[in-house]
Amino acid sequence: MSDLFRVEGLVKSFGGLAVSNNITLAMKPGERLALIGPNGAGKTTFVNLVTGLLKPDAGRVHLGSEDVTQLGSVRRVRKGLVRTFQVTRLFQEMTPEEHVTLAILQREGKATAILARFLGNPTVSDEVEDVLTVLGLSEVARRPVSEIAYGQQRLLEIAIALALKPNVLLLDEPAAGVPSADTPRIEQALARLPEDLSVLMIEHDMDLVFRFARRVVVLAAGEIIFEGLPSAVAADARVREAYLGSYADARRVA
Amino acid sequence: MQTILSVATDAFAYGMVLFIISIGLSMTMGLMRVVNLAHGAFAMIGGYIASYVARDLGWGYAPAIVLAVAGTILLCAPLERFLYRRIYGKPELLQVLLTIGITFCVIGITNYFFGPTLKTIPLPSVLAQPVDIGFRTLAGHRIFVIACGIAVAAALWFLIERTAFGIKLRATVDNAAMTDALGVRTPTIYAVAFSIAVGLAAFGGVIGAEFLPVEPYYALRYMVLFLVVVTVGGAGSILGTVVACLALGAIDTVGRYLMPEFGNFFFYAAVIAIVSAFPRGFFGRAQ
Amino acid sequence: MTQSAPLPATVAASFGKRHPLRDLAGFAAIILAGAAGYFLFPDNLALLTRIIAVALLVLSLDLVTGYCGVASLGQATMFGAGAYAAGFACVHGGVTEPLTLVLVGAIAGAAAGLVMGAIMLRAHGLAQLVLSIAIVQLGHEAANKFSSYTGGSDGLAGLSVSPLFGVFEFDLWGRTAYLFGLVLLVVVFALLRFVVSSPFGVLCRGIRQDPVRVKAMGASVFPVMLKMFVISGAVAGVGGALAAISTQVVGLDSISFELSANALVMLVLGGLGSLYGALIGAVIFMGFEHTVSAYNPFHWLTMVGALLVAVVLVAPGGLASLLDKVPGLGRREGGKP
Repeated sequence: MSDLFRVEGLVKSFGGLAVSNNITLAMKPGERLALIGPNGAGKTTFVNLVTGLLKPDAGRVHLGSEDVTQLGSVRRVRKGLVRTFQVTRLFQEMTPEEHVTLAILQREGKATAILARFLGNPTVSDEVEDVLTVLGLSEVARRPVSEIAYGQQRLLEIAIALALKPNVLLLDEPAAGVPSADTPRIEQALARLPEDLSVLMIEHDMDLVFRFARRVVVLAAGEIIFEGLPSAVAADARVREAYLGSYADARRVA
Repeated sequence: MQTILSVATDAFAYGMVLFIISIGLSMTMGLMRVVNLAHGAFAMIGGYIASYVARDLGWGYAPAIVLAVAGTILLCAPLERFLYRRIYGKPELLQVLLTIGITFCVIGITNYFFGPTLKTIPLPSVLAQPVDIGFRTLAGHRIFVIACGIAVAAALWFLIERTAFGIKLRATVDNAAMTDALGVRTPTIYAVAFSIAVGLAAFGGVIGAEFLPVEPYYALRYMVLFLVVVTVGGAGSILGTVVACLALGAIDTVGRYLMPEFGNFFFYAAVIAIVSAFPRGFFGRAQ
Repeated sequence: MTQSAPLPATVAASFGKRHPLRDLAGFAAIILAGAAGYFLFPDNLALLTRIIAVALLVLSLDLVTGYCGVASLGQATMFGAGAYAAGFACVHGGVTEPLTLVLVGAIAGAAAGLVMGAIMLRAHGLAQLVLSIAIVQLGHEAANKFSSYTGGSDGLAGLSVSPLFGVFEFDLWGRTAYLFGLVLLVVVFALLRFVVSSPFGVLCRGIRQDPVRVKAMGASVFPVMLKMFVISGAVAGVGGALAAISTQVVGLDSISFELSANALVMLVLGGLGSLYGALIGAVIFMGFEHTVSAYNPFHWLTMVGALLVAVVLVAPGGLASLLDKVPGLGRREGGKP
C-alpha cells in the first residue's frame, strides 16, 4: 500500500537466457534492503532494469504511486530513483565541491542556466558544505577527483546521490575496490543516510550486508530464492545450494 | 542501352577503385583502431611513382604497378615504425592530428619534387582499347579495374578468415595484451597489416588514376571520400566496404551523369542520410 | 568548508572562475595585443581583421570540441552561414548597417548550429566526424551551385556597408573594420567566459568527461549539447559576418573543409577548453601562414605538417594531457551502460 518502490514480475532474457525471471520486490520508506547473489545471478541486469537502462520484456516498475516502466533513466532519476556505480563514474578534472554543486543545481532545475554563476550561491554552497562534511570529504573538497583516494571517490559517489535528495537509493557495491582500511568510513557514511530514505544495496561484502541491512534478498539465476531477515540467510537451504553449488567458498555466505 | 551499360560499368569500376583504396583504410581503422587520414597520401605516392615509372622512364604499366606498390610500402614502413606505433591506442584526435600532419608533409614534399601539375599514368594498349564482350563493347581498363577489385576482395577474405596470419590478426584486434602474452609478436602483426593497407592504397591509387587523377592535393581531396566509405561500410568489414563502395560509386556516377551541374551535392546529401541512418555503418561491429 | 579554510591557491584554481583577476588580465592582454597590432602593422590590418574573424571561428569550435568533446571537421559551415547571410542581407536585402549584419550573421550561424548539432549529435566517434565533413561539403556544393545568389566560385561581391553608427566609414586601410572586429572579439570573448563558467558550461564539461554520470544525475545530454551547438554557431556566424563586412566579399572558401580542418589544427595547437588557446592558436597559425606562404604555399603545408607531427610526438605529455580531456573523441572506454 505505502510502498515507495515496487517491481512486479520483471522478466528479461538475452537470447533465450532468462537473466531476470519474474522478480517481484517492494520497499517501504526508510527501508534498508540488501540484494545479494552469486556472480551471474542477474544483479546488474536487475539494477539496469530498475534504473531504466534496460527495458523489461514483461513486468512493471513503480515509484510511489506512479508506473515508471516506460520512462527513461534520466526521468527516473528526476522522480527520485538515484543510483551509484559499481565502478566510480566521476568527472576526473572536477572537484568534489563541483560535483555536489552540479548535483544540487540539477536537482533544483538550474543546471542548464547560462545566466548564473556556477559557484557563489550561498544557499547552495552551504548545502554543499553540509553534504561533504557528512561524508568526511571537506578536506578534499577542492582537489580534482583524479588526485583523491579511491575510497574518497566512492564516498563522493554517495555524496552526489544524496545531493539529489532521492526517495530510493540504489547502491551498487558501495565498498567495491575500497581498501579494507577505508571500509569503516563507507560503513559510517551508510549508517548516516537519512532515516526516511529507502536504500537498496547490492554488495558482496557480507559483513557489511549484515551490519547494514534489515532485510536481505538473494538472487540466483535471475530469480529471488530467499527474502527475509539477515540472520536467516545462512541457514536457508536454497541459498546454501546457490552459493555452494557454484562457489567453493562457503564463508562468503556464512 | 549502350549508355546505361557504360554508366553502370563506370559506376561499378569506380566503386571497385574506392574499394581497393578504402579497404586498406578500413583495416587500419577497424582492426588497428587508427584513424589514418594519411591513407589518401599513400595512394597518391603510389600514383606518383607509377607515373614516373610508366611515363617518365617509359617502362610500362605492369612494372609501374609493381614498383609503385613496393616503393610505397618501403617509403611508408619507417612511418609505421617511428610514427604510427606511438599512436596505437591513443585518443582519436591525436591520431587525426598526426596523420593530417603527415598528409600535409607529403603534399608539400611531393609538390616540391614533382611540381603542381597533373600526373598521368599511360595505359598499355590492351587496356586502352574497348573490349568486345559479345553483344556490347566495354572499356578494357574498366574491366581490368573490376577484376582487380574482385581479386582483392577475395584475397583479403581468404587472408583474414583462412590463414594463420588472419587468425593472429583477429586475435590481436580482440585483445592485444592477451595475444601478446600467448607469444604472438603483435608489433610484427601490426607492421604487416599496415604494409598491406599501404600496398592496397598504392595499388588503388595507380589503377584508379583514371577516376581520381593524381595531383598534389589528391591526398586531401579524396581522403574525405575514403573516410565516408569506411564509415558507411563499417570499419573493419570487407562486405560492408564492398556494399558501401558500390552504393556510393553508383550514387556519385549516376548523380554526375544525370545532374552534372550539381556535382557532389547529392552525393553528400546521401552520405548524411546514410550515416544518420546507420551510424555504425552497414555491417559495423558494435563499438 | 569546516576544516579546510586555508586552501592553497593552486588547489582552488580549477576553472579560473575564482580568479576574476586572471580574467581581467586576459582581457587586458587581448586588448593590448589588439592595440599593438593596430600600431605595429598598419599596412596589414586586413590580415589582422581576417585573423580576428577566424579566431571567432576557432573559439566557436572550442565550445563544441573543448567543452563538449565533439570533434568537428565542419565548423566552417556555421562561419559560412554567417558570412553568406550577412552577404545576402547586404547585397540582396539592402541591409547595410554593420551591427545589423553581424546580428544576421549570428542568427544564421545559430540556425546552422542547430541543424548541424541535430544531425551530428545522433552519431558518435568516426561517424560524427564524417557527418561534420559531409555537412560542410554539402554547404560548399550548395553555395557553389546556387551561383545566381552566391556568386559561385567568383564569390558574392559588392557588399557596401554603411558607416558604423553612421559615423565611422569602413575605410580603404581597414582601420574601422579592424577596430570593429577587435571590439566584437572582446565582447564575444567576455560573454563566452561567462557562458563556460555558468552551471550550463560546467554541465557541458561534465558531459565531455562522463555523459553516463551526467545522466545519472538526472540531466539530459542531448538538449544541453544542442544548446552549445547553437551558441557555437552564433559565435562562428559573427566571425563569418565580420569577414564579409571587412572584405566586402564572401568566397566559397568561407564554407570549406580546408577552413574547418585549419580551425581544428589552430585549436589543438593553441590548447583545448580554455578559450584562450583558441585565440593563441589562431594568431600563431595565421601569422606563420602569412609569413611562410608568401614564399611558397607548399612549403607552408610541409611546415604545418611537420609542426603537427612534432607536437604530437615531442610533447605527448603536454598535448595528450589536453587531449585526454576529450574522452568522447578517443579512448573507447569499456562501455558500461
